[in-house]
Amino acid sequence: MSGAFTKSMARNIFYGGTVFFFLLFLALSFDTHQALPKRDHRAEITPQIAHGKKLVEVNNCIGCHTLMGEGAYFAPELGNAIARLGGREGIKGFIKSRPAEGIPGRRSMPQFNFSDDDLEAIAAYLEHVNKIDDANWPPNIQG
Amino acid sequence: MPFQSQGVAKYYFMAAIALFAGQILFGLIMGLQYVWGDFLFPAIPFNVARMVHTNLLIVWLLFGFMGGAYYLIPEESETELYSTKLAMLLFWVFLIAGALTIVGYLAVPYATLAKYTGNDLLETMGREFLEQPLITKVGIVIVALGFLFNITMTVLKGRKTAISTVLLLGLWGLAVFFLFSFYNPVNVVEDKFFWWWTVHLWVEGVWELILGALLAFVLIKVTGVDREVIEKWLYVIITLTLVTGVIGTGHHYFWIGTPEYWQWWGSIFSALEPIPFFAMTVFAFNMVNRRRREHPNRAATLWALGTGVMAFLGAGVWGFLHTLAPVNYYTHGTQITAAHGHMAFYGAYAMVVLCMISYAMPIMRGRAANSNKAQVLEMWSFWLMTIAMVFITLFLTAAGILQVWLQRVSDTPLPFMVVQDKISLFYWMREWTGVVFLIGLVLYILSFFVKGEEQAKAA
Repeated sequence: MSGAFTKSMARNIFYGGTVFFFLLFLALSFDTHQALPKRDHRAEITPQIAHGKKLVEVNNCIGCHTLMGEGAYFAPELGNAIARLGGREGIKGFIKSRPAEGIPGRRSMPQFNFSDDDLEAIAAYLEHVNKIDDANWPPNIQG
Repeated sequence: MPFQSQGVAKYYFMAAIALFAGQILFGLIMGLQYVWGDFLFPAIPFNVARMVHTNLLIVWLLFGFMGGAYYLIPEESETELYSTKLAMLLFWVFLIAGALTIVGYLAVPYATLAKYTGNDLLETMGREFLEQPLITKVGIVIVALGFLFNITMTVLKGRKTAISTVLLLGLWGLAVFFLFSFYNPVNVVEDKFFWWWTVHLWVEGVWELILGALLAFVLIKVTGVDREVIEKWLYVIITLTLVTGVIGTGHHYFWIGTPEYWQWWGSIFSALEPIPFFAMTVFAFNMVNRRRREHPNRAATLWALGTGVMAFLGAGVWGFLHTLAPVNYYTHGTQITAAHGHMAFYGAYAMVVLCMISYAMPIMRGRAANSNKAQVLEMWSFWLMTIAMVFITLFLTAAGILQVWLQRVSDTPLPFMVVQDKISLFYWMREWTGVVFLIGLVLYILSFFVKGEEQAKAA
């Protein structure tokens, strides 16, 4: 920070550096979006899966759970839940069987009173998420 | 204070502190729910408490940033605020909208809230940190635009300094990247990809510009070091921030369906992200050591030094701890993430807002600094909150390491809930440390009411 290095030089490096790296970020993002369809299986997204995603959102599931590792750390990972709970029936059975008043002294998922169609949609969505190519994360079935 | 209109900042700061208290209260509720699973269930389920905790954090920091800007901009621009009335109007709009949103979270089930606030028109809710109903999000945009208009007009009619330019860039960036919160594609990978454009480009991007500008302003005031020197440092720091932090977004693109090359880009660039925070720490200590005056507000100087150190530890060191892809493969979405989040937000953003408040509040109340007695109490609160946060982070880190081992690394991985039971000792210790943090916060609030011999009148 000696005298030769002036404030205006620092400012120019800031603007130049920021613009350069932001453009690089945009280029990488563009490339990513070219590669995504093969990894995210978007062609398979049905209205039912879309409905499942919406239900997961409007019931704030990631307020307790993680989904592909993102969310809260209070309850198990959802991305591979379909595999862990033994398929769609396992998911539906688990959600349906939550006691409304909780379990004394323990964490428990609320009872959401979903209709059968809603449960089916949530299971379909979780099945879809489990198929996404996410570089083999999580490390094992426990999430 | 040099300009009458700077006084609007006082309202913003008071609201910020009140919401901060609410945030901590809900933090304690959640901490208890970690070990006492059915505490307040089903009245306040964990997800609701968490939304309140994180959303209050965001809102009080925004109040702090806006208050900071309303105080800083007129002084830097050497002119009154463009419109004091607009600033006050937006204050009430933001406070009421924020309060109603929190009441909405607590009073009705989230799905009901979504139904009655227009989520079917445009689905934006239910994503971490961006849980706000559509109308609240629109409200945030309106408040942000009005606020930006107000301070931009003030800068345009007055003196332009590097500090005010950087602050404006940061605040405009904040508003622009928030717009991605309205984009929620049905494809969850794209949804997550752009969700980070708000979340990461906020906290590891443009917010750091705001942090740098606020810190630089306070350092000029309390140390009397030449503006040229401080502003040069500011540019260097924010260059390092954005050069590392923008591509550093890649550390969130390891395991969400995005291509594997992000593991390289994300690891390398985010490994460099501690550098700007280290520079900020060196900067703060350097300027204080080279000070040309003894400012009577020692508490503000303490916060300024503290924010540098704690941001470096929380964002820099604890970020680096789990940012390399091979490590993150095991730590992603565990208590390690929570540990990092707590110290980083406290060190970088909570502390810089408290620093700005500490410097500006006495001046707005007609004195250069608070009485010695009040400052001593404020410094006690600094140490209690800061040390508590260090231990909260250490306990969560310990919990996280055990969680990673038991659930993901060992030869016989255990289920999530089994692991949670096994590490509950650390959650208890975190909760008790949280109580110490609350005591620190209570002392902090009390320090505003301590009288004692007043320091010299502000110039």
